[in-house]
Amino acid sequence: MHIHKYEKWWLTFGISSLVLFLFIVGFSAFHYGSHPPTGKVYIDPERVDEIAPFNKPGVHKVAGEEWDYEVVLVASAFFYNPPEIEVPLGSKVKFIATTKDVVHGFQVAGTNINMILEPGYVSEYITTADKPGEFLILCNEYCGIGHSTMTSMLKVVE
Amino acid sequence: MTTIKEKAKDLIKVDRRDSKLALAHIYVAFIALFIGGLCGLLQVLVRSGKFTLPWGIGYYQILTIHGVLLGLILTTYFILGFQIAAMSRTSGTFTNKQRLIGWIGFWVMTAGTVAASIMVLLNEASVLYTFYAPLQAHWIFYVGMALVVVGSWITGIAQIMKYVEWRKVNPGQPSPLLSFMVIVNMAMWLICSLGVAVEVVFQLIPWSLGWVDKVDVLLSRTLFWYFGHPLVYFWLLPAYMVWYVIIPKIIGGKIFSDALARLSFMLFLLFSIPVGFHHQLTEPGIDSFWKFLQVILTMMVVIPSLLTAFSMFASFELRGRQLGGKGLYGWFKKLPWKDARFTVPFIGMAAFIPAGAGGIINASYQMNQLIHNTIWVTGHFHLTLATTVVLTFFGAAYWLIPHLTGRVLTKQMNKLAIIQAIIWSVGMTIMSGAMHIVGLMGAPRRSDFSTYGGAQQATEWIPYQVAQAVGGTILFVGIILVLYIVANLLWFAPKGETEFPIGEVSEHAEKTPMWLENWKIWLTICIALILFAYTVPIIDIIQNAPPGSKGYKLW
Repeated sequence: MHIHKYEKWWLTFGISSLVLFLFIVGFSAFHYGSHPPTGKVYIDPERVDEIAPFNKPGVHKVAGEEWDYEVVLVASAFFYNPPEIEVPLGSKVKFIATTKDVVHGFQVAGTNINMILEPGYVSEYITTADKPGEFLILCNEYCGIGHSTMTSMLKVVE
Repeated sequence: MTTIKEKAKDLIKVDRRDSKLALAHIYVAFIALFIGGLCGLLQVLVRSGKFTLPWGIGYYQILTIHGVLLGLILTTYFILGFQIAAMSRTSGTFTNKQRLIGWIGFWVMTAGTVAASIMVLLNEASVLYTFYAPLQAHWIFYVGMALVVVGSWITGIAQIMKYVEWRKVNPGQPSPLLSFMVIVNMAMWLICSLGVAVEVVFQLIPWSLGWVDKVDVLLSRTLFWYFGHPLVYFWLLPAYMVWYVIIPKIIGGKIFSDALARLSFMLFLLFSIPVGFHHQLTEPGIDSFWKFLQVILTMMVVIPSLLTAFSMFASFELRGRQLGGKGLYGWFKKLPWKDARFTVPFIGMAAFIPAGAGGIINASYQMNQLIHNTIWVTGHFHLTLATTVVLTFFGAAYWLIPHLTGRVLTKQMNKLAIIQAIIWSVGMTIMSGAMHIVGLMGAPRRSDFSTYGGAQQATEWIPYQVAQAVGGTILFVGIILVLYIVANLLWFAPKGETEFPIGEVSEHAEKTPMWLENWKIWLTICIALILFAYTVPIIDIIQNAPPGSKGYKLW
C-alpha cells in the first residue's frame, strides 16, 4: 500500500511521540509506583459498621508502616463519617474508604485524591499532605437526591 | 475534471421508500434534540444558583432526560438514518425484505424509547444515562433501554444484508467506500453493545423485577464501559464518514486515499473496544496492570486519528491549490467558506483538536485522578460529541434532509446555517471552557447546585457556573435555529433536486488492496484483542466478587 512521503513523516513523528508518552506514563507508574487508586480488599457492604477498621472511622496515627496516618472513612447516602479530617502538614497519609450503600465518589477538591467507592470494595490511596489549608471533600459519583450535599473537610495543619 | 460517468453517478437518488425509513429516524433524532436541549438549558440555569425548577421536577430527572435523549437517542437515530440513506445511495436500493427489517428495528427502538421516557418522566428512573447499579430504576426503564439496543441491531442487520448482497453481485471488488465504513461502524456497534445487553438483560432486569436480590456492581460497571467507550466511536465514525467521503466532493476535490481511509476505520474497530477500563481508572477491584494495559490500547486510536487529520488537510490543500491558492496558507482561503455543508462540519473538525487533546489527558492513567468525575469531563464531551459530532451531523442534515424530501437548501437557510454554527461555537467556547477550568479546580460533574456547606473552594466555582449558564443559553438559541432550518427543509423549502455528495478517489491514489476488506482477519484480531484485554480481569472480578448489592431508590 502506497503512503505519501509527508504522511510517512507525519506518522513517524506522531507514533514516536506516542511511544515516548506511553513510556513516561508507564515509567512513573511502574518505577515510581504512581498508580491511580485501587484496592483489592473485599467487605460485606451490609456489615461495614462491624468490620475493622470501619468500626472506628477517623484519623489514626500508626507506627511501623510506610505511612504515618490512616484515615478510615465510611460513605453512605448522603454523608461521610467522619465529617472532618485533620492531619499534620507533611505527613504521609493512607486513605481507606468504603461505602455502605450505593456507589459514591471520594474527591478532595484541588488535590489528586479522587477515588470511586463501590459497595463490597475497599478503596485505598496513599499520599503526602504537602499543602496546608482546608480542602473540600465531596461526592463526585451521582448517588441520589442528596448527592451534592454530601461533604466532608480535610484540614492540613502545621 | 468530472467525467460523464461521474456526473451520472452524482444524480443517483436514494429511493423514495428508503428515504421514508431514513427520514423516520431523523424525525425522532431532532425531537430528541429539542427536548434534550431544553433539559440542558434548565440544568445550566439551575447550576448557576439563580433558578430553581418548578413543579417539583428534580435536577437529576432532567439530567437523566438530557443524557438519554442526547447521548443515546439523538445520536443512534441520526446515525442509523444517515447510514440507511448512505447504504441505499452507494450499494443500491434496499430490497423489500431488508427495508421491512429496517422498519421493524425502527419501531422496536421507538417502543423502547417511549417506555424508558415514561419511566423517567414518572420519576421512576432518575439514574442518569449510565444507570449505575445499585441505584435501581423501574424494570420498564431497563426493558426500554434493552429494546433500543435490540432495535438498533435489527436495523443494523438490514444494512449488513445490503452489504453482503453487494459483495455477492460484485465479487473481487472493494465495496463502495461509504458502505464499507457503515459496515465497520455497525460491526463495532454489534460487538460492543453485547456488553450492555448482557448487563441489562442478565443483571439489571432480573434484579429490578425482584427475581434476584443482589447485583454484582463492579461487573455491571465493567460491562457498561465495555460498551460505553466504543459508544463514543459509534458517534464519531459517521462524522468521519462525512469528512472522508462527503466533504471532498462538496469542496470539489477528491478523496486523498481510499486504502488509508479503510485502514483507519479498521484501526478504529480494533482499538475502540478493549479500552473500557480507562473510564474506571479510579475504581477498586481492578488490577493496576490491566488498567494500564487498556490505557495503552486506548492510546492506539491516536494512529487512525493522525491518519484522518492528514487525509482531511491533504484533500483541502490539494483543492485549495487547484483553485489558485498560493504560498503556505493561501490555499486555505480558497476553500468554500460560504457553503454551510463545508463550513459547519469544518468547525466541528477544528473543535476536535482541543477535544482530542483533552481525551488524551483523561485516559492518561495517573492524570485521570485530577479530572475524574469533575465537570472537566463534561466539558470534554461537549467538545467531542456536542461540537465535533453534532456540527458534522447538522452540516450533513443540510443536504441529506433536502435530498430525502426532494427540496433544496435556499441561500437564506445556508446563511442561517453558518450563523447557527458560529453561535454554537461561541456558546460552546464559553460553556465548555468554563467547565474545563472549573473542573480542574475540582468542581464535580452531574451535581445539583450546592454551596457545599459554604466551603471556600465551592464559592470560587460559582462564577464559572454562571458562565456555563450563559454559554448554555447561547447554545439553546443554536438549537432553536437548527430546528428552524430542519423544519424548513422537511416541510417548507422549495421543491427541487439536492445532490447526495459522494467523493471520488483521487486518480493518484493506488488501487485498494483487498486485504483491507477481509473481515475474517479484522474480526479475528478485534475479538483476540478484546479477549486479551478483558478475560483475566473479568474472571478476577467474578471469582473474587464481594457480596452483591440490593437495589436503592434514593431520588
